[in-house]
Amino acid sequence: MRVEYKTNHRGTEVVLWGELDHHAARTALAEIHAWLDQTMPMHLTLNMARLSFMDSSGIALVLSLYKRMAALGGILEITDLPPFARRILKAAGVEKLVSIPA
Amino acid sequence: MKKKILNTLKLSFPSRSANEALARSIAAAFVSQLDPTMEELCDVKTAVSEAVTNAVVHAYPDRVGTIEMTLRLLEGGEIDISVRDKGRGIENIDLARTPTYTTGGADRSGMGFTIMESFMGYLRVLSTPGRGTSVRMRKKLGHE
Repeated sequence: MRVEYKTNHRGTEVVLWGELDHHAARTALAEIHAWLDQTMPMHLTLNMARLSFMDSSGIALVLSLYKRMAALGGILEITDLPPFARRILKAAGVEKLVSIPA
Repeated sequence: MKKKILNTLKLSFPSRSANEALARSIAAAFVSQLDPTMEELCDVKTAVSEAVTNAVVHAYPDRVGTIEMTLRLLEGGEIDISVRDKGRGIENIDLARTPTYTTGGADRSGMGFTIMESFMGYLRVLSTPGRGTSVRMRKKLGHE
């Protein structure tokens, strides 16, 4: 899995590429948090369009980023959610905390 | 009634997290002989990923052990997947199966068993503390 960082009109954007599982999430999450430490954005877009697989490790990743942004008074937004990733996030009720696109 | 086994694949591998992707890819390849839909294939991959991750994280928390996966194709277009370990075991299976319950810390969601059950339809968990855990999942694929 690969993580790409961009800036968009609302702030910053993280694009997740490839397969998000337990193996990939550990490294990716540490890397994203380190990047947030440096950039301190108030708006973070998590773009999931390029994911080809996601299991429940994605729930923990989203919740971790949600907590991080909420603690700083910022906002986490999820975009371009593939159907398989939506099913996983909805199973855990993540949409109650983070708005996910219809 | 016991169903006839039409094809089977057994493999064992060390409980390294890199093998999570390997296990689910092999399961997907095995299931492909049933000509599944994309969604069914995704369900199987996800369930296998959850089962193998549980073994990597919980069965062998501080060592590398062996995980055994058996894939069976049953008559009537049904797939039977078993993931077994000889690790720590689960003290309270009902508690472990409760959504969002986890002993895995902040980077685990506690949704593994819930996802396995809802994506596969049938889930049975057997475990003996100190001896290991066996997870058995079944799913009927496609049209007959």
